Amino acid sequence: MLKGELGRSYYTQRDVAQDIMEKFPNTIRLAFGAMIIAVPFGIMLGFISVTNKGKFFDRLASIIAVGGISLPVFWIGLILMYFFALELKWLPPSGTGDIRFIILPAVTLSLPALASIARVARTTMLDIAEQPFIRTARAKGLNEWNILLKHVLKNALIPLITVIGLDFGSYLNGAVLTETIFGWDGIGRFMMEGIIKRDYPVVMGCLLTGTSAFVLINVVVDVLYHYFDPRVRINGNAK
Amino acid sequence: MGMLSKIATGILTLIVIASVFAPFLTEYNPVKIDLNSLKEPPNFRHLLGTDNKGRDILSRILYGGRFSIGIALIAGIFSLGIGLAVGLLSGYYGKKIDMALMMFVDLVLSFPSLLLAIGISVLFSTGIFTVIIAITAVSWASFARLIRGHVLSLKEQPFIDAARAIGCSDMRIILAHILPNCLPLSFVVLGLKLGGYILTESALSFLGLGVQPPMPTWGSMISLNRVYISSAPWMVVFPGLAIMIAVICFNIIGDALKDRDYITK
Repeated sequence: MLKGELGRSYYTQRDVAQDIMEKFPNTIRLAFGAMIIAVPFGIMLGFISVTNKGKFFDRLASIIAVGGISLPVFWIGLILMYFFALELKWLPPSGTGDIRFIILPAVTLSLPALASIARVARTTMLDIAEQPFIRTARAKGLNEWNILLKHVLKNALIPLITVIGLDFGSYLNGAVLTETIFGWDGIGRFMMEGIIKRDYPVVMGCLLTGTSAFVLINVVVDVLYHYFDPRVRINGNAK
Repeated sequence: MGMLSKIATGILTLIVIASVFAPFLTEYNPVKIDLNSLKEPPNFRHLLGTDNKGRDILSRILYGGRFSIGIALIAGIFSLGIGLAVGLLSGYYGKKIDMALMMFVDLVLSFPSLLLAIGISVLFSTGIFTVIIAITAVSWASFARLIRGHVLSLKEQPFIDAARAIGCSDMRIILAHILPNCLPLSFVVLGLKLGGYILTESALSFLGLGVQPPMPTWGSMISLNRVYISSAPWMVVFPGLAIMIAVICFNIIGDALKDRDYITK
């Protein structure tokens, strides 16, 4: 196993390691695609909530966020497919391929992450916005955007990076449902087929790849903490 | 959010009542095939239309709600039960028991939960109980972890010392003093998670691993009807809406409960 030998599939007799090497990049691409959509929009929803705290737009943003974690992914995927692929014929309905193929599954996959990012962004940024140094910044006469971006967002980055890392990590484990609906040739679908056919080498190989990726992402997140928050750096060195 | 959570509670109560009393609300049998009304769009006889076998979608959604919400509730209660037992033991006794139990909990938590649920459903023959087992198996661990943490802090409080001083047995301290203090937190978290269980249940039935056809569940309705999405979109849209509305209601209520009292303290 240390040599990268994961055995052969019971059914296709193909080398599992090789299959995973072919499929894992697709999963990575999909996960990246989803995150590129989820991160900016999630943070933007958080901003909307903070600047309009308690008002209509805050509530609207909260409802969108609750909606995002409440949507059945497979259903919203089908609906998107129906509108954009079958009715409007803008995008291909399913398959693996270039940028046009990735849009629909990435949007579908991004919704839950978008929602969780928005929720975390809202709670942490509201917390920070009430702290004295924000009042100081406002008293200095900085404009709202400056305060939001440089002071509030920067301090909210740690929890945000944590959620983003967790979501990204779980996407790397394969988005089973999204990949199934859109026929995306990734590791999640590969693994699910493996589970259903009891093709153990496939399952083990996918699990190994997925968990390794997850651990790797967590390490990266920890390193990012150091980068973004000097407090972590100092405490770490003092130990 | 006060108004919102009231509305959500109202809608959810309505959904539950409608599912429980489904036989009195709809004259259509959810599994009986009616060849005279295939794929009818929504109309006055069939408010939400019919599917490819002529079955009334509304009645299937109502009956499906029994499975979807019922399974989520039962699995939630089972998970809570196991989580409470493990969390109480682990938190109260500490040391080796704690280490062993928490290692097992971490092991369960480290799996991608949907994949673990799929794996478990494949092991047994498909049916209601398998779905309940699968959801319970992936969700008890987070309860256990949470309750353990709560027990750890409760254990240090004076009233536990007092109970010990008057000679209560461990059993009595756990059941009569610690357990009641864990319950409010447990139910708040259960409320937060029920929506997720409905989603897991529908995902499993979507993949064909849940309650088997012809019995309707929201997930399997979407899965079985998805090939007709271009010719009869209502067959897919309405069951999905049902899931979405139910889950949103659960989440809003859970959030409101959380904000109201427990976790923030």
